[in-house]
Amino acid sequence: MTAELFQKWAKITPEIRKDIIKMITNAKSGHPGGSLSMVELLMALFAPEGIMKLNDDVTSNERDRFVLSKGHGAPALYATLANLGLADFDREKITSTFRQLGSDFQGHPDRARLPIVEASTGSLGQGVSIAQGIAMGYQMDNNAHRVYTIVGDGEMQEGQIWEAAISAAHKKVHNLTLILDYNKAQIDGFVKDVMGLEPLKAKWEAFGWHVHEIDGHNYQEIVTALKDTHPEKPSMIIAHTIKGKGVSFMEGLVGWHGKAPSLEEADKAYAEFDQQQTIGL
Amino acid sequence: MATATRKAFGMALAKLGEKYPQVVCFDADLAKSTMSGLFAEKYPHRFVEMGIQEANMISTAAGMSFTGKIPFICSFGAFVTGRFDQIRMSIGYAQANVKIIGTHSGVAIGEDGHSQMGLEDLALMRSIPGIVVLQPATAKETEEMIEWAINHQGPVYLRLTRQGVEDIDMESFRPGIYPQVREGEKVAFLGTGGLLNDCKMAADELADKGIMNPAVFNAHTVKPLNNEIMRKISTNYQTIVVFEDHTTLGGTGSAVAEWVSEFADTPRRVIRYGVKDVFGESGTPQDLLEKHGLTKEKIVEYFSK
Repeated sequence: MTAELFQKWAKITPEIRKDIIKMITNAKSGHPGGSLSMVELLMALFAPEGIMKLNDDVTSNERDRFVLSKGHGAPALYATLANLGLADFDREKITSTFRQLGSDFQGHPDRARLPIVEASTGSLGQGVSIAQGIAMGYQMDNNAHRVYTIVGDGEMQEGQIWEAAISAAHKKVHNLTLILDYNKAQIDGFVKDVMGLEPLKAKWEAFGWHVHEIDGHNYQEIVTALKDTHPEKPSMIIAHTIKGKGVSFMEGLVGWHGKAPSLEEADKAYAEFDQQQTIGL
Repeated sequence: MATATRKAFGMALAKLGEKYPQVVCFDADLAKSTMSGLFAEKYPHRFVEMGIQEANMISTAAGMSFTGKIPFICSFGAFVTGRFDQIRMSIGYAQANVKIIGTHSGVAIGEDGHSQMGLEDLALMRSIPGIVVLQPATAKETEEMIEWAINHQGPVYLRLTRQGVEDIDMESFRPGIYPQVREGEKVAFLGTGGLLNDCKMAADELADKGIMNPAVFNAHTVKPLNNEIMRKISTNYQTIVVFEDHTTLGGTGSAVAEWVSEFADTPRRVIRYGVKDVFGESGTPQDLLEKHGLTKEKIVEYFSK
């Protein structure tokens, strides 16, 4: 993967961010901060030249899979799939129906309505176990495909995450990659103040995982970490990110965890995205 | 011969594992008690020991079902349904094809006391849309239910006993269709799980004494209820008594009472005969069943008043 490819991705991510803001503004509710923070991670996974080996048939086991454990980041997942043309829905569909009655684009992913999201999440802490289950099912069938999941940092306070931390290492679920979207903020404040997680790298290594710590907005670092897997250990990527990334007045602020922007604020964000697209990386 | 339905489950799953290669089994450090160990011995590579991590087991099994496998997850009913949110979200909402086995139901488990007793499991499971909730009364019926559950696409909760249950001759399992195990009039006894035999014997004795002549049905399906059967019972009998080793709040008795009060053609009385909104405790199974009125003698006594 080359600098030109990353430059190409950098032209698409502002469009994904634009859709995230559109969806949340139109729905008058949603979670912009934690959706904007993981766009580069999703891009590196889902882009055609990216990490995951996909298959148009979502019932097939001949494909890598992705579980969004931090379900409130659903707008980022919908927007990534739509912008990359990976699903049978387009940008207009997701931005106009997100969180509306009868929509497949629920506030949090709903597998029964929209199988491409893989799991129904939103009650935090369960996605790592679900991803582990898919990976173990693949192992039983000697299927070499991998399973990826993105977890929120606030979510990492859930006990079930640490149950899976024990079990995935014990069961040698080496075809599982967990990515922490470490944007440092949750609803009630900064993670370090609400319920601190550090030292994270030491904890996950002690639990028996193959751990990387990277800048979650740097494509080179993301793909290097995603590619460097271990033959026995499950992989953990601690991705340092910026909450509200790409919108100057949202970045790093706790207040934009679960608040919709006004129309004026959205317009300001769109202008910033347009500028980012012109500049590229 | 009295066989615990948990044992019948373990034997049935081990047997059916051959016919259904997509069946896998999970347990949370209770494989010797839930009898899932019988499956584990035969198919070690299709058995997943999860240690004491019920929440992780539930969500992991949901994930594995998304690869086309049919996971059975086993624990005490109290412990597995205690992780309600994992069942509600990872399995229920996702419509995951997972079969949940809850053993050690009711006060009948005895000495271990309240913490280990599945006393609210039916109430919890019944509140999840789309889940099928079943309770077999005999070993044979348990095996029939297991095979039905394997072939049913979607979540199933199966409630099993620690104690042995007597064989009772009755028609084969069909979901919602309650087999009638005794003819009678005016009063219908709806027995469930380990209590069915006591209900039947109590009905015989009450009839011998000339007190009443209850019909007895095996109410093996808690959800969904079958409208035809419920209409038949609520039309033909004036009083319906539902017996269960479970809290009377939200269990089979509640399900029947809700149906009858809303849909029956004629107003009928429904008596929810079970554990009356109290915690369990330690004691011998016999002492506990007697304390809560869940023996043949106590049932006869209750209806002789």
